[in-house]
Amino acid sequence: MMETNTDKTKEKLDLWCSAPDVTFDTPQAEQDYRKRSRRISDAIQLKIPDRVPITPLVTFFPANYAGVTAQDVMYDHDIAYEAFKKVALDFQWDTAMNHLNTLSGPMLEELDYKQLKWPGHGVPSNRSYQFVEEEYMKANEYDIFLNDPSDFMIRTYLPRICGTLAPFQLMPPLTMVFPYYVGVMMMMAGMVLSGSASALESIIKAQEKFINLAVSTSIFNGEMQALGFPIMMGGTTQAPFDTLGDSLRGTQGIMLDMYRQPDNLLKALDKLLPTAIQMGIASSATSLSPVVFIPLHKGPMGFMSLEQFKKFYWPTLHKLMLALIEQGLVPMPCFEADYTDRLDIIKDIPAGKAIYWFEKTDIFKAKEVLGDRVCIRGNVPSSIMCTGTPEQVRQYCKKLIDVVGKNGGLIVDGDVGIPDEAKVENVRAMTDFVKEYGVYR
Amino acid sequence: MADDLINLMADLKEQEALTIVKRRLDVGEDPLLILDDSRKAMEIVGKRFAANEYFIPELVYSGEIAKEIAELVRPKLIKGQDIKRLGKVIIGTVSGDIHDIGKNIVSFMLDIAGFEVYDIGIDQPPQSFIDKIQQTGAGVVGLSGLLTLAFDSMKVTVEAIKDAGLRDNVKIMIGGGQMNDEIRKYTGADAYGEDAMAGVTLAKKWIGIK
Repeated sequence: MMETNTDKTKEKLDLWCSAPDVTFDTPQAEQDYRKRSRRISDAIQLKIPDRVPITPLVTFFPANYAGVTAQDVMYDHDIAYEAFKKVALDFQWDTAMNHLNTLSGPMLEELDYKQLKWPGHGVPSNRSYQFVEEEYMKANEYDIFLNDPSDFMIRTYLPRICGTLAPFQLMPPLTMVFPYYVGVMMMMAGMVLSGSASALESIIKAQEKFINLAVSTSIFNGEMQALGFPIMMGGTTQAPFDTLGDSLRGTQGIMLDMYRQPDNLLKALDKLLPTAIQMGIASSATSLSPVVFIPLHKGPMGFMSLEQFKKFYWPTLHKLMLALIEQGLVPMPCFEADYTDRLDIIKDIPAGKAIYWFEKTDIFKAKEVLGDRVCIRGNVPSSIMCTGTPEQVRQYCKKLIDVVGKNGGLIVDGDVGIPDEAKVENVRAMTDFVKEYGVYR
Repeated sequence: MADDLINLMADLKEQEALTIVKRRLDVGEDPLLILDDSRKAMEIVGKRFAANEYFIPELVYSGEIAKEIAELVRPKLIKGQDIKRLGKVIIGTVSGDIHDIGKNIVSFMLDIAGFEVYDIGIDQPPQSFIDKIQQTGAGVVGLSGLLTLAFDSMKVTVEAIKDAGLRDNVKIMIGGGQMNDEIRKYTGADAYGEDAMAGVTLAKKWIGIK
């Protein structure tokens, strides 16, 4: 593996490891930080680290662990902060994760957000939020979407997903600003007539609610770093097919589009690609870590044939990842469900620049096929974490480390992170085992 | 002509299939024959799914075509006409889980295979399942759930059916993204279906036993 003169990935990872602006609480904390970040960086770059890293993603597990409800953590950021801090300090993983993914109940309420049901608001208080699938873009709306996606977003999509933004659908298009000074007056008239003032007010209030969460997680990151925990989650973006399939057309909608309007679908995917790249870059801008999380949903076995995968799902995802790598960012696609029959296709990526996170894919086969290209993350099964025994957890981790961790290239986590309902003794077993058995001798 | 429709539908040729249906209805053909061809086409679709030639998009698309055909046929049906029903199946997403796409596909495949399907919807507490069993006398119950939170909901539902004295009257299958045989054991269900066709196969096997 040749290192070029400007290996941007290495540069960004080195910056994460050196953390120039962080003041550590103690010399021990600084040592811990350096060791942990170096460990993870080595694994990513396919060098052999001192030990297999363990960097679990958690969402509502900290709530269960701290004896509070999901509703508590969504509505009170101080409660969330303490729960996530407790998990970080008790388990001492190689990274700390903040409570951004528990979202802000008040913000969602302020916007009358339709795409989720959440505790106290459609699901019980001790359950996770859940996505509400709908066709938020109809089958006959490809033309207007392709013609002007921003106009579609403001005047059609946002009103559908946020109840308080409904007035936007009555606004004239913003392009009406053009004719001289008259244009600006016409825009004002349009906004008055559509009743947009209330929508704009609700955005202002939602901002305030969001800022509470953002500040809380920012302080959390600072405290954790000072205590010696690198923050690994940097930016986030989406595969264009998932943007269309998850957020716009819905699962059944986009499956029918593959048959009924494949050309429109392909055009829309190309249209979304620059935005996907920009989202990845922009969302990483304020984080030290170059890792960009890309949860993947619609491309696995069963959800589409190999041909459909090659034609619709892979090309824009591939280009997205290459564009991120060019910036020195580390794409971390989480391949939810099973990609075993498409490993040969996704193997096409520069070596040592990405983390492939696998859920139900045969992870041992994945190591065979693309272990020399990507660092593999995963995949202790949720079913074992929730209903199994510590011994089963240890056995699974042993096989992971022996096979997938051979010569490096493994980061241990649950199949899609630690499930909310994981038994505490299983999380402990996983943690202790990886730290002890995962050492490279 | 009959073969044309069956093959066109099975090959997912939407417009051609609908054209043939319209033509057949125009010449006054018995609408039940058309529905029967639709069912035969879906059987072929099911076989191709089991053989890993078709996947979920093909189930969804063929389902849409079948629905469109049913819409065309419905006004021509004589009051009370319907295909003969094989048996009764109750299906629902368990308490706390609001996901339904997989359940809807299984519901549809069971319906097209000839079962009388009682789809009780999402986020259903154990009592809803019990009420429906008592109301319909259905012999097969399908529990659907996507998330890990469904594990305990399914376990509680199966236990509640047992406490209501109904466990021996029904066969229970579970399905969904996080389900596997381990979870099947954990919940006390009789079987776990890995995909839509497995649900149909299980229902056929169990109703046969009845």
